[in-house]
Amino acid sequence: MLCIFCPHCGEYREEEEFSARGQAHIKRPEDPEACSDEEWGNYMFFRKNPKGLHHELWVHSAGCGKFFNMTRDTVSYEIKETYKIGEQPSVVAAEK
Amino acid sequence: MTQPNRVQDAGRINRSRPLTFTFNGRTFQGYEGDTVASALLANGIDIVGRSFKYARPRGIVAAGAEEPNAVLQLGASEAAQIPNVRATQQELYNGLECASTNGWPTVEFDVMAYLGKIGGGMMPPGFYNKTFMSPQSLWPTYEKYIRKAAGLGRASKQKDPDTYDHLNQHCDVLVVGGGAAGLAAALAAGEAGARVILADEQAEFGGALLHSNDWINEKPASNWVAETVARLRTMDNVQLLPYSTVNGYHDHNFLTIHQRQTDHLGETAPQGLTRQRLHRVRAGWVVLATGAHERPLVYANNDVPGCMIASAVSTYIRRYGVVPGNRLVVATTNDYAYQTAIDWANTGRQVVAVVDSRPDPDGELVAAAEKAGIRVIKGSVVYDVQGSKRVKSVSVARLSTTELSLAGSETTLDCDTVATSGGWSPVVHLSCHTGSRPVWDDDVIGFVPGPANQKQLLAGGIQGHYSIAECLAEGFSAGAQAATNAGFDKPTDLTVPKVHEPSVGKAMPLFYVPHKQPMTRAPKQFVDYQNDVTAASIDVATREGFEAIEHVKRYTALGFGTDQGKLGNINGMAITAQAVNKTIPETGTTVFRPNYTPVTFGAIAGRNARELFVPERYTAMHQWHVDNGAKFEDVGEWKRPWYYPKAGESMQDSLNREVLAVRNGVGMLDASTLGKIDIQGKDAREFLGRIYTNAWAKLAVGKCRYGLMCGEDGMVFDDGVTSCLGENHFLMTTTTGGAAHVLEWLELYHQTEWPELEVFFTSVTDHWATMTIGGPDSRKLLAELCDDIDLDKDAFKFMDWRQGTVAGVPARVFRISFTGELSYEINVQANFGMHVWKKLMEHGAKYGITPYGTETMHILRAEKGFIIVGQDTDSTLHPYDLGMGWAVAQQKPFSFVGKRGMSREDPTKANRKQLVGLLTKDPQKVLPEGAQAVADPKQAIPMTMLGHVTSSYYSATLGRSIAMGTIRGGLDRMGETVYYPMLDGSVVEAEICSPVFYDPKGDRQNV
Ligand SMILES: [Zn+2]
Repeated sequence: MLCIFCPHCGEYREEEEFSARGQAHIKRPEDPEACSDEEWGNYMFFRKNPKGLHHELWVHSAGCGKFFNMTRDTVSYEIKETYKIGEQPSVVAAEK
Repeated sequence: MTQPNRVQDAGRINRSRPLTFTFNGRTFQGYEGDTVASALLANGIDIVGRSFKYARPRGIVAAGAEEPNAVLQLGASEAAQIPNVRATQQELYNGLECASTNGWPTVEFDVMAYLGKIGGGMMPPGFYNKTFMSPQSLWPTYEKYIRKAAGLGRASKQKDPDTYDHLNQHCDVLVVGGGAAGLAAALAAGEAGARVILADEQAEFGGALLHSNDWINEKPASNWVAETVARLRTMDNVQLLPYSTVNGYHDHNFLTIHQRQTDHLGETAPQGLTRQRLHRVRAGWVVLATGAHERPLVYANNDVPGCMIASAVSTYIRRYGVVPGNRLVVATTNDYAYQTAIDWANTGRQVVAVVDSRPDPDGELVAAAEKAGIRVIKGSVVYDVQGSKRVKSVSVARLSTTELSLAGSETTLDCDTVATSGGWSPVVHLSCHTGSRPVWDDDVIGFVPGPANQKQLLAGGIQGHYSIAECLAEGFSAGAQAATNAGFDKPTDLTVPKVHEPSVGKAMPLFYVPHKQPMTRAPKQFVDYQNDVTAASIDVATREGFEAIEHVKRYTALGFGTDQGKLGNINGMAITAQAVNKTIPETGTTVFRPNYTPVTFGAIAGRNARELFVPERYTAMHQWHVDNGAKFEDVGEWKRPWYYPKAGESMQDSLNREVLAVRNGVGMLDASTLGKIDIQGKDAREFLGRIYTNAWAKLAVGKCRYGLMCGEDGMVFDDGVTSCLGENHFLMTTTTGGAAHVLEWLELYHQTEWPELEVFFTSVTDHWATMTIGGPDSRKLLAELCDDIDLDKDAFKFMDWRQGTVAGVPARVFRISFTGELSYEINVQANFGMHVWKKLMEHGAKYGITPYGTETMHILRAEKGFIIVGQDTDSTLHPYDLGMGWAVAQQKPFSFVGKRGMSREDPTKANRKQLVGLLTKDPQKVLPEGAQAVADPKQAIPMTMLGHVTSSYYSATLGRSIAMGTIRGGLDRMGETVYYPMLDGSVVEAEICSPVFYDPKGDRQNV
């Protein structure tokens, strides 16, 4: 069970209070009608599955109710950082 | 009652407290402080069970968590039956009743033994996979027979009479294991001021020091244990947990501790006490001081009762005052087992010989044994055992100095007990739980923990360091380090005690003892007792191509018992390595997963059981429903009235009565459970337009509108009515089960996509009690209780809402309808709900007001063709599939959620499944929900399925059955016939039609 720092509450809380909501930083296209089916399909369905650093969207569902981002190592489960929506990660995977 | 193997005076048992217990129906006596295992051995019980596969008699081999054979069924009463209890870890209490888990019909005579004896050929490795998988249809038969014969323990069929707890805790330092290293670590961390938890699986702290012959600070080691525990007890910042196994080491230093609080007092907990507790601990730092398990040697017939682990024999003698035999042969590769020979000799019983595989052992214990007159046979091994129900003699021969084989002729030694030591295996399990792979250490001759993945330190035996001096020093150091890492100052008042213990000579790596016969021909040489895995079966597995250790384990079942192969895994890996001509580290490492020892379901569930398993939500009128005989239905967490049967009515009778009451008079539904979300802010209207498929720009204050909510894929996932309370204020209703999800959905889009919109969402579901009165008489009824709203049909129209007073309390009244009748949804503050409900019932009596439940609501709405999201939809249907294109405003300026998704290639192609009405040819036949439609019922299986029935009822209003369902291209197939093949071979014929079966023009709700 992870121990997660909620950037809104400013506290470490137990994973039981949170819900994972998949990959972070997936922006809804500004003009959906201008997207091809393939572009829209990529936006809706295609997600990364990295071994190593992963930027994830979480929500403090049984706490403050706020969404935030988390950078987590999918191998060690180490949480590198949590940061608010709209902010960019300071820890990123090396380009391959 | 005599205990033939009990030694005078020795041990830590309380001889003034004799205890009576039964094993397999026979009564025995032991003492307070005994385990079931020590008491059985004291009474000379050799056979405690039959082996799993070959049904061979098995005796106790170990004295702790690693015991593979003495796994018993515990409990006198049916309610307290506990399976798979390790006799070595169960403390004796008066009246304890236990029985062998394996062995049918008895452990002394066992049918399976004959099967096992007919030949190893009958049960080769992979036996279950190979033999019993074909024909597959017979597997249940095989399984039943094997389970009965082999025995796997059984759970009680009755309710567990006990309660169990969870306790969430934080600490700075968690010390796992209360032996020399653990006690020292706890002391150091405690003295530093850290909050410490010290957990040990045994009744007493001290570990091996409790049966040690060695001295600490010029006193017996057990004195140091007593002093240290006493000192720890005085420290407020130290929590001592005996009977507590740290069974899992999870992410971010989260550990679970299984504390058996009353298992030593009786089979059920004394009044007012909780039987077991699961501590869920988030630790700052963890010190693993879990020690090591002694490895048995693998030799022929090494499972005959009387074959034990050397240190276990010492434990029984010195801790429990039990000497488990008369004539002992010790077989060893190291110095430690010499202590066992000395301990045995000190009881006055005979030590036949110590057989040491090393040609020139030179440690102090070797000298001490020889000085005591014990015969030491050097450079030799015990390679075979004679006897079946108890050891009768052993075969000894010299070990070649150049290869793994015997040299020279054999000697037979008469004895009844063989104590073996193949060295020690550090207990690396918890470190493995964190994902750290253990690494082989040639000096230790065992696996030690790999690099730490978490905030974890090690001390003592887990590192392969076994001397008391090392354990104490490492314990103090790790405890102090953990405390300073956690932010405390280094403890000052600590000096490592002086230890007097013999120096230990070099051990020899030996895992498999060769026989005169090759491995595959030799008598069975057991590696994993619990799963009956032999050296030969591992060899066979490697020859069949299973060379990776994980494959060998799965093919042979090595390590898959309830003991997780604590004794056998390392020997099994070594034998695998030998078979494939690799080193042990090349062969791989072994991985252990939680739990370290089995945990009861009770402890896992804690208080989250029975009525606390899932929280139940009740509406404000719940008690009225109970008092008036409602049957309830679970909807999400809610208990909703399902229907209200009257005496003598069948369910269908009740439904018919309730349906007709609404159609012809007035009925009332408790609709409080519908999700309600209060939406405010200057951009609330804009937000609604983006999230719903239809238009909201022009909805005036006082008006209500139905909306559909879709995912980005265009598929419907919720629906409901939203009302405009003020220019910037709306009340959204959601499905009962979808409320929480919808609220999060709104928040998701607001927080992550459109934070610039000024809008706020608040769940107000529980704030309101909602009662729906529906039927031609509902206006008259409402008028009796409401005098400040103009109820005239033109003043208060369908899809309007008004603020007013109902039954004397403030109310929001919504003129909306899910039944197609004239209908009012009255919302009052929840605490007034019961009052208003009762007033409505009272005044409604003259109209024959009839309370109705969810089932009648479902029928009424189906008569009108209204969908229920989640029943008629399944996230593959978009609004057009539902025939609800009227609820999609394609011309809205913002590309609302779902718009782009539903215009993709697949959602727009022809012949999609679409929701339609269905009328059976036989009007009295009600289609089963879920039934599959086909075009040709005579088509060969697999038939082409066109869709399925989503809703189906008998409609009293129409005097016939009605149904809704999906059909490929259904909206263009009105009037066509489809067929529903039934399980019994019959076929139901139905005609596709509009799903609006009643009042298609909607006249009744507009009156
Ligand atoms: Zn928070």
